[in-house]
Amino acid sequence: MSFSMRDPTAETGSQRRPRTAPPPTLDGATVALLDIGKARGSEYIDRLEARLAERGIASRRYRKPTNTRVAPTELLQQIATEAQVAVIALSD
Amino acid sequence: MVALSSSAAGLPADGFVVFAKEDCPTCQMVAPVLRTLARTEAPLRVYSQDDPAFPADLDVVDDSALEQSFRLDVETVPTLIRIEAGREVARTVGWDRAEWERVTGLRGLGEGLPGFQPGCGSKSRDPGVYEHLVARFGDPGLGARRITLGDWDDEAEACFDRGWTDGLPVVAPTDARILRMLGGTTRKPGEVVGLIPPNLAPCTVEKVAINAVMAGCKPEYLPVVLAALEAALEPAFTMHGLLCTTCFSGPVIVVNGPIARAIGMNWGVNALGQGNRANMTIGRALQLIIRNVGGGRPGEIDRATIGWPGKISCCFAEDETDPSWQPLAVARGIAAGKSAVTLFQGYGVQACMDQRSRAPEELTRSLALSLAAVAHPKLAEATAAMLILSPEHYAIFRSAGWDRARIEEELHAASMRPGKDLIVGAQGIGEGISPKLADQMVPKFWRGGLLIVRAGGPAGLWSGILAGWPGTRVRDQTHPVTREIRP
Repeated sequence: MSFSMRDPTAETGSQRRPRTAPPPTLDGATVALLDIGKARGSEYIDRLEARLAERGIASRRYRKPTNTRVAPTELLQQIATEAQVAVIALSD
Repeated sequence: MVALSSSAAGLPADGFVVFAKEDCPTCQMVAPVLRTLARTEAPLRVYSQDDPAFPADLDVVDDSALEQSFRLDVETVPTLIRIEAGREVARTVGWDRAEWERVTGLRGLGEGLPGFQPGCGSKSRDPGVYEHLVARFGDPGLGARRITLGDWDDEAEACFDRGWTDGLPVVAPTDARILRMLGGTTRKPGEVVGLIPPNLAPCTVEKVAINAVMAGCKPEYLPVVLAALEAALEPAFTMHGLLCTTCFSGPVIVVNGPIARAIGMNWGVNALGQGNRANMTIGRALQLIIRNVGGGRPGEIDRATIGWPGKISCCFAEDETDPSWQPLAVARGIAAGKSAVTLFQGYGVQACMDQRSRAPEELTRSLALSLAAVAHPKLAEATAAMLILSPEHYAIFRSAGWDRARIEEELHAASMRPGKDLIVGAQGIGEGISPKLADQMVPKFWRGGLLIVRAGGPAGLWSGILAGWPGTRVRDQTHPVTREIRP
C-alpha cells in the first residue's frame, strides 16, 4: 500500500521534486561518461568522448561493476567529486 | 443519534446491530442475550472488534478494521442499535436490562444477569486509533496537498529528498498524526497564524501542526509552538533579519507558567542540553516552519557565517519553583500564573564559572566581567544578552535579599567600564566603540538589554550566558518579544 503524507511547505513549488537544471555551458566543466555495463554502451561513450574532445571539453570515463545493481556509493561520490555533469549510457 | 448512510452498507434495513469485543466482560456476559435476539424474527447483525469467533454460535461480522465501529460512532461495547427503514431509531450502551428491553421491545431479557453492568471502551476509541480511522474512513478535512510516495519509497528519505528537514530525520506528517496534533489546540485548522518570512507565505494552524508533527512534538506542545510562532512574527522580533543575518543568532524560546510543568519541560539539570522532548521539539518546530513554509534555508536567505547548533532548536523553561524569584514573563508584563513564551535573538552558551565568590557584590562583579565578553570585550551596547542564573549562584543573591530588580541594577552598575579602554584602537585592537565615548563610563548593555532567567541543575556554581544579536542595537525597532500562550 502506498504511503501518503501532507506537504509542510507553502506549496509554491511543484509537487514533484524539481530536476537539477542543466548548466548553461560546458565551458570549463568535466563531463562524466558512465558506462552502466550493458552491451554497446562503450561504443556510445566512445563517440561522446570524441565529440567532446573535438569541442575542447574535458571528460572522464566511469563504469559500473554490473548493470544489474545500482552504482556503488564510492563510484557516485567519485563522479560527484571529479565532474560537474554526467551522461549515462543506459541501454543496449 | 447517527443517521446511517450508504457508507454503512451491509446493515439490515430493519433490525438490530450490536458491537462487541471478546475482551469485554460485559460483552461476554450479554452473549446469551444476543443468542436470544438471534432467535427473534428481527434481523441481527453482530460486529466483533477483536475476535470474529465471538460470540460463539452467532453469525458474526469481523470489524477488526473498525470501519463500521467508526461509521456508527461507537464509543462503548456492547452497543445495541435498533434500525428502522435504514435509520437508527434507538441506541444503548453497556448492559442495562431496562434499556435493552426498551430498544428491542422485548421483555425478560437476560434472566439471571444483574440489572446493570457498564461496558468497556470501544477499540475505535483506543488511544491513537480514532485519528487513523478518520484518515482512513472519514474526511480528515485537511487542506494541505497530499504527497503520495511510491510503494518502495522510504518516508524519512522522501522528506530529506524534498528538502523538508533541518538535517535530522523528521516524523512523516501523515493524516492521522496531523489530526492528533490538531487536537492540541482549540484553534481552527484553516486559521491563518501569519505570514512567514522570508517569502511572507501565509501559514495556517494546519501547516503549523504539520511541521510540529515533523519536529516530533506531542499535541499538548502545539499551543506553545503557536505562541512562539506568533511572537516570532511580531514586527519587533524582526524574524526576517534574524534569519538572514551573518551573525550566529537564532530564536531562543523561554517558556514560563504552568504549561511548562504540564508538558514536562526541563528547567533543571541540563536545561539547555539534550534529552527532553518538549525542549528539543518546540524550538525545532518553529525553525521547520520558517524553513518549510517561509522558505528560509541556510546558504540561501540564511547567511550565517558560522551559525550554532541551537538553530535546530533552543527552547527551555524557567525554574519557577523558588517563590522569591520573579519569573521572566512576569517581569515582562505577563500576569503571574499565566503561561507565556519569550523569544530572544541569541546564540552560544558562554560560562561564568565562579566557585569562589560568596558575597553578592563579588558574584556581581564576576558575572559582569564574564558578560563583558559578549560579542567582543571591547564592544558596548552592541547586543542584548541573556544570563541564565543557576540555582546555586542565585542562592548567593537570595541570601542577601537581592531580588531580580536588585540583581539587574547591580549588574548594570558593575558592567560600567571606562570608554578610553574600549574605543577603537585601544589596547592595540582595532575593534572598539566610538572615540567620542573615551571620557565616559560605558555600560555593557542598555537598560533592559540583559534578560535574566533562572534555570539549571541544583549543583554547580556556574551560570550561562547567551549572547544576543547586533540587530537589537536598534532597540526601538527590534527586541525580544513575550507573548501569552493560548489553548
